[in-house]
Amino acid sequence: MATEGQSEGLAFHPLDQFQVKPLFGDGPIEWYTVTNATLWMGIAILAIILIFVVGTAGRSIIPSRIQSIAEVIYSFIHKMVEDIAGHDGVKYFPYIFTLFCFIGFSNFLGLLPKSFTTTSHIAVTAVLAVMVFLTVTILGFVKNGPAFLKLFWVTSAPLALRPVLAVIELISYFVRPVSHSIRLAGNVMAGHAVIKVFAAFAPLVLMSGIGYVVTPLSILAITAMYGLEVLVALIQAYVFTILTCVYLKDALHPGH
Amino acid sequence: MANETTGAVTSATEAAAGHATEAATAAGHTAEAAGHAAGSAGMPQLDVSTFGNQIFWLLVALVLIYLILSKIALPRIGSVLANRHGTIAKDIAAAEELKAKAQEAEKAYNQALVDARNEANRIIAATKAEIQAELNVATAKADAEIAAKAAESEVRINEIRAGAMAAVSQVAQDTAGEIVGALGGTADPAAIVQAVTERLKG
Repeated sequence: MATEGQSEGLAFHPLDQFQVKPLFGDGPIEWYTVTNATLWMGIAILAIILIFVVGTAGRSIIPSRIQSIAEVIYSFIHKMVEDIAGHDGVKYFPYIFTLFCFIGFSNFLGLLPKSFTTTSHIAVTAVLAVMVFLTVTILGFVKNGPAFLKLFWVTSAPLALRPVLAVIELISYFVRPVSHSIRLAGNVMAGHAVIKVFAAFAPLVLMSGIGYVVTPLSILAITAMYGLEVLVALIQAYVFTILTCVYLKDALHPGH
Repeated sequence: MANETTGAVTSATEAAAGHATEAATAAGHTAEAAGHAAGSAGMPQLDVSTFGNQIFWLLVALVLIYLILSKIALPRIGSVLANRHGTIAKDIAAAEELKAKAQEAEKAYNQALVDARNEANRIIAATKAEIQAELNVATAKADAEIAAKAAESEVRINEIRAGAMAAVSQVAQDTAGEIVGALGGTADPAAIVQAVTERLKG
């Protein structure tokens, strides 16, 4: 499809933005190669340092602007963990905060033109989701022992239904990391690809008369999609985090 | 999908329509086979050859972020927030205390005002009574003096009146004697006195 568009003059490369490329040279991608993914993860780390370390260096009682941003995010996630996972879930607050920061900053940095969105890759989100899955599962067994299996035994249901429900619960439990990771990567990827497709229509005005209609429309569409993507960037980070909190609650307090 | 159809539309003049469908099926094939075809037209997300690289750098990034946040940023922000809560609570307590003090001061002020008013009223009443007493004394004294003076005047008036009465009978007797003498009679002084006294009585 890319070659088809190119022959016309319109370049359709909606997925090229997701390509992982070596930052230096053109060699094969080994596990240690510094790639554009490395670069944008590094930029995310720098942004996090800038806001959460440099921004709060003043430790002022009356916060500066950057410090108040850091405090708002901190309070928001802290409250979320406390409300959902309970008081004993606060112990895992740094872990959850790390996830939220990484996903949130990656999503927003990915909205910069020419940038690379690390969270649009299933490899990244799958690792995040599997980490959550493993942590929660291991934690559940360590904290509760075999009693953790009560999570799958719905005592509020009639006895006859319980084995059926247990199978369903078990399946849904193992589907969690899949939906958890694909939801994030899929949302981010789809939005970026759609923006790119609209962007490909924008230069049509240079080629044919119909462009006088298509170009303004596509620019309008890009703007609207971009606005939506800003929302999605935050909402997906929020959703990923809140689901992590919910899973953590299951691990700490199994049984419905 | 969208770009395929529009590509077909825009290329209708130049490319054959069959070309587009061919490209679409080719795209489907590459998406299926993207697992092993690095750098092909398939989804870069499914290019397994970059997975190791991404996962490695992701873990590095996560560990770094975790260390930065948990060692530096989060304790700092937490302590700042706790500090702020402490400061606000302290300030509110101080304000509460100051308010209580102000209320107390107001109460004391009002009490002082009431006291002062009472004192003033008491002084006014005392002064009034004193003045009244003095006035009474002075009035009584003046009355007594007036009475004394009046009595004295009465005595004198009576004296004067008595004197006048005596003078009048004397003058009348004398005059009567003189008139009688002038008329050529001789008057008996005793009869004249008798007659004048009779007359004056009348």
